Amino acid sequence: MAHRALAHKSTDDVAVAVADLKAGEELTIQSLEGGKPHKVKLLEDIPLGHKLALKDLPEGHVVIEYGEKVGQMTQAVPKGGYVHVHNLRTLRWNYGQKAKSAKPKAPGRAKRSR
Amino acid sequence: MPRKSPSSMQLSGYRRPNGAVGVRNHVLILPVDDLSNAAAEGVARLIHGTTALPHPYGRLQFGEDLELTFRTLSGHGANPNVHGVVVIGIEPKWTERVASAIAKTGKPVETFSIERHGDLNVINAASRVAYQMAQDASELRREPIQVSELVLSIKCGESDPTLGLAGNKAQGRAVDRLVDMGASVIFGETSELTGGEHLIANRCATPALKRKFMQIYQDYIAMIEAQGVDLLGSQPTEGNIRGGLSTIEEKALGNIQKTGTRPVNAVLNYAEPVKPGQGLVFMNSSSAGAEQVTLCAAGGSVLHFFTTGQGNIVGHPLIPVIKVSPNPITCSTMSEHIDVKLPDLLVGDINLDQAADRILEVFARTVNGRLTAAELLRHQEFVITKLYPSA
Repeated sequence: MAHRALAHKSTDDVAVAVADLKAGEELTIQSLEGGKPHKVKLLEDIPLGHKLALKDLPEGHVVIEYGEKVGQMTQAVPKGGYVHVHNLRTLRWNYGQKAKSAKPKAPGRAKRSR
Repeated sequence: MPRKSPSSMQLSGYRRPNGAVGVRNHVLILPVDDLSNAAAEGVARLIHGTTALPHPYGRLQFGEDLELTFRTLSGHGANPNVHGVVVIGIEPKWTERVASAIAKTGKPVETFSIERHGDLNVINAASRVAYQMAQDASELRREPIQVSELVLSIKCGESDPTLGLAGNKAQGRAVDRLVDMGASVIFGETSELTGGEHLIANRCATPALKRKFMQIYQDYIAMIEAQGVDLLGSQPTEGNIRGGLSTIEEKALGNIQKTGTRPVNAVLNYAEPVKPGQGLVFMNSSSAGAEQVTLCAAGGSVLHFFTTGQGNIVGHPLIPVIKVSPNPITCSTMSEHIDVKLPDLLVGDINLDQAADRILEVFARTVNGRLTAAELLRHQEFVITKLYPSA
């Protein structure tokens, strides 16, 4: 079988392209640890190694990959959209703003943050 | 395909006077300080089969930073891949200090200092000693060895999500098998555990080790924040981002896949010595490739596995560095740098056990003397970790 994209866990929010993918492709995405595959229609091109949303991800959503927290959405991305540094920010490098880091940011602040 | 694992393959290496086992047979010309690089490199140019380790430090260092430089230098001399060492320093006292730490291994060590002699007299005398050491080394024969006699190490670099999905998972499977056969395997990359540090902490074999690990991790992050910054913009790197990694947490979770699943049996600081039979060992380190490989070699690693997504090309002067990549673009555009190519794992054409078999087959051949890509391309990065400015 030739995978086009793979998730670590079926409960993850994102999957990783294992080939260069084009907008409009309809994928059945398996998970490394088994579970129900996801059916996703791509809304954008996704380069090899980059991530796509397996479900609608609202702004402020804490994103799960490997079953663990990997960051927080700074803008909403619909299912099938491209998830990367333009819309996903770390929860950890937060020097000078630790008190706020655990909570979803207010819309205005998120745009302004680094 | 028949299962090839090191347990069923004949491994050979060099057994040193203290019983330690190496997989290469170098004669090392070791400068204690920046001023002695010229003489050390002069000797290495004259005498076939010798290797100099030039570096920019060793003057007016103090405290823990000085101790780490000494430990790194003497650790390289003591490394089981080295038959004998010629130590050259500007003055005799620190030169003797580095040499006496190496001499505890029982291997041949000679010292030369430059003050009151000059470079040319030192090169003359040191070359005559190096000549004999290199000739003696050339007559040593490999003998059968066991995986359980080896100290190994791992790191990933220029990472991308193909490592977390495939390359590091296969490497982790290989690490589990090597640990089960009795090898020690060192991992580090302290800042790159951020977001997955709890997973490593929970694998520490005892509560005391877990506390020690978390203290080292928190001290490292505090050291960074003491500069008034965090690592946004540095971790992940621009290369990581180009490859698809978005955050440090995502990078860390991919990173730790290559440590496999076994308990962390020891927690060490920079360049502390590691013995065979310790299993999986955490060593505090930078996440920069050459610094971490250098620290592992100083700790006694004789062979390093380096998984890469976008194509880190690091090597080391004394220990073979095996490059593993699942990224098809890297494997085709940088083919000469990659020893184990796993794009077929990425798309599911082979499984993790088959990928681990492929890694361990190259491991066995490399132990037995096959040159790695980094050795063939003369990648000899030797980078001492500096903790703070010199006095």
